[in-house]
Amino acid sequence: MKAKKDGVSLFLSIVTHAAAIITILCLLFIIAYILIRGIPNLTPSLFEWEYTTDNVSMMPSIINTIIVVILTLLIAGPIGIFSAIYLVEYAKRGSKLVKVILLTTETLSGIPSIVYGLFGSLMFVISMGMGLSVFAGSLTLAIMVLPTIMRTTQEALVAVPDSYREGSFGLGAGKLRTIFRIILPSAVPGIMSGIVLSMGRIVGETAALIYTSGTVAQVCTNIFAPGSTLAVHMYRLMSEGLYTEQACAVAVVLLVFVIIMNSLSSYLGRKLAKG
Amino acid sequence: MQLRENAMRIVFMLAACFSIVAVFFICFYLFINGLPAIAEIGPLNFLGGMEWRPNNDIYGIFPMIIGSIYVTAGAIVVGVPIGILTAIYMAYFCPKKLYKIIKPAVELLAGIPSIVYGFFGLVVIVPLIQDAFHTSGNTVLAASILLGIMILPTIVSVSEASLQAVPDSYYEGSLALGATHERSVFFVCLKAAKSGVLAGVILGVGRAIGETMAVIMVAGNQAVMPGSLLSGVRTMTANIVLEMSYATGLHREALIATAVVLFVFIMIINLSFSALKRKEAKS
Amino acid sequence: MNEVKLSIQDVNLYYGDFHALHGISMDIKANEITSFIGPSGCGKSTLLKSINRMNDLVEGCKITGKFLLDGQDVYKDIEVNTLRKRVGMVFQKPNPFPMSVYDNIAYGPRTHGVKRKADLDRIVEEALRDAAIWDELKDRLGKSALGLSGGQQQRLCIARALAVKPEVLLMDEPTSALDPISTGKIEELTLKLKKDYTIVIVTHNMQQAMRISDKTAFFLLGDLIEYGSTEMMFSTPKEKKTEDYITGRFG
Repeated sequence: MKAKKDGVSLFLSIVTHAAAIITILCLLFIIAYILIRGIPNLTPSLFEWEYTTDNVSMMPSIINTIIVVILTLLIAGPIGIFSAIYLVEYAKRGSKLVKVILLTTETLSGIPSIVYGLFGSLMFVISMGMGLSVFAGSLTLAIMVLPTIMRTTQEALVAVPDSYREGSFGLGAGKLRTIFRIILPSAVPGIMSGIVLSMGRIVGETAALIYTSGTVAQVCTNIFAPGSTLAVHMYRLMSEGLYTEQACAVAVVLLVFVIIMNSLSSYLGRKLAKG
Repeated sequence: MQLRENAMRIVFMLAACFSIVAVFFICFYLFINGLPAIAEIGPLNFLGGMEWRPNNDIYGIFPMIIGSIYVTAGAIVVGVPIGILTAIYMAYFCPKKLYKIIKPAVELLAGIPSIVYGFFGLVVIVPLIQDAFHTSGNTVLAASILLGIMILPTIVSVSEASLQAVPDSYYEGSLALGATHERSVFFVCLKAAKSGVLAGVILGVGRAIGETMAVIMVAGNQAVMPGSLLSGVRTMTANIVLEMSYATGLHREALIATAVVLFVFIMIINLSFSALKRKEAKS
Repeated sequence: MNEVKLSIQDVNLYYGDFHALHGISMDIKANEITSFIGPSGCGKSTLLKSINRMNDLVEGCKITGKFLLDGQDVYKDIEVNTLRKRVGMVFQKPNPFPMSVYDNIAYGPRTHGVKRKADLDRIVEEALRDAAIWDELKDRLGKSALGLSGGQQQRLCIARALAVKPEVLLMDEPTSALDPISTGKIEELTLKLKKDYTIVIVTHNMQQAMRISDKTAFFLLGDLIEYGSTEMMFSTPKEKKTEDYITGRFG
């Protein structure tokens, strides 16, 4: 038999359930709205290779997005993973350097993307003379996603049992061999989930890119040429005010991508948890 | 052999120092470009000035500071209660099967790009407010609701984690005294997780104040003091994005100076967040 | 009489301020099984791990005194990875790597520079045969080692240690996580291995020490109380404390 509830308990129970329902409804509504309104607008002309003001094709931006994702991960991936290796496998816990690194990493993860964009524009675009370019944008984003990659990699490395390390050292393997042959392979799912999470952020980012990689809707011919990513392209379509339907179609593509990335990331996370 | 071990050790350490270098350069570039402008305009005129008229070389960002504070406060009113209650639901009320759906749903909410949120706000929330109040829909209210939704996942996941960390013995102890499930959860567990929940709220505030793309779509962006919930508003972030593309000279530096002010705000928020987290870890 | 393989000379060990081992001296003979016994926290595992310098991994661990392996100081004269190749270790809990059976065994030889497939194949088979687990595993060399039973995993770890051709094998309570049947198999294996290796085993189980070891050392609170032939120790202990312990009056 269930105990009878007093008024306060009943009220608390109701508001709690209501809040959870609101949260889920928000998500469902946003997704459903975008899909229902956007999918009919996914016309073939939006995927033509050349962008013109008539077809406002998103294809060039999709290609730019892929280039930016690859470049950013090529820069941030090794740095982030190596940093995590240093923090977990080498550094003494609580040393001054570690404290400073953790503090700055936390700072980086709190900085708003528009501040990154401004910084990237000041340092890479102007001061270092790269001009508006895909490379400048990728550098900016690399700094932005670095904390995510570092944190997930650290968690994955910490989760590798010490018995693996002992086993490897006990056979006379050195530290590097132990790290690259035993520890990193065991941590791959966790590291990948961080990388995938970062991909989601890169693809969805707008504010940090407008003033670094620019808003030109053409495929960048080389990494020092400007080119808009998909999210920036969507911003441009919206700010011109003429292409709401096309913007919605772009939103569908972004949303689908984010959903895939999220599922992949949590699948990898679960795989790590199982070991 | 030993040489390679030592060389790689140094490589790892240099990589780890990268974040220090990055923060240094970010501060350096922002401050060196922004501070002279503040000095030239005068700190009081800049921070306290009520008017932003770049054409007349008048740069007061007080309306934007207030704008950022307004929409952030609005986001807290909308997002915090729903967020905390959802976290409580996930930690204490939710059946296991449902949890497997809600958890990824909250993560997905965090993953939706802000430009998509902005689009949603523009085509759904703004017209709704327009119809309801017969004003322009681009208002403090629209921005607050949209930001409230956007900070939900941050508040939910941080609060939920700290609720999950509350020892079961607290809950059981309360039940054993005859308290109901709800009373035990709200008056014992939530209280125990207080600093963690607060940390989540602060992190959410950081997100809200730094949000750019979604806000410019729905907030109206008038650089004047917002009079009510239903007037348009411009935040500091919007100020930077909107004018950076054509600004030159002092105007441009004033925008960078706006970023400096924003940066200082964020630093204060971050520091209180990490202080709270340390406190939580200790208790 | 066998020659002295490992000589421990006046070893003191500290974890930070804690003085964990007090001036331990003992000689361990080649091709014998030596057991370390004693209650939990007596320092027997600590001493074992100092022999192949696994304590290097522990922050704040300081050691004075000498460990001589064939007369060479293990902390000065031998490079640490070479030392661990010569002095292999089997751990309390089986710790196979998350890779195939074959790769687990081949990891050690590969570490020390064996590259040719044919050589590796031969080493893997030999090691598994020596560890008396070849017949059970020969058809599943490509399968993950994590799918094996606990007893099989531990024998796999012994095979893995044997594959680098060590001179000394350190075993840290190798059967404490296993069922009686697996324990029996490992004891049998240990007796067989003594022909080619010098074995030092830490055990909680006095019957085990009696069954398999030639020499036994009894530790208490960081002191070596008594060290001698197993037979003598269990029949006529010299020290009162040893007698109390082996008759089960404490520990």
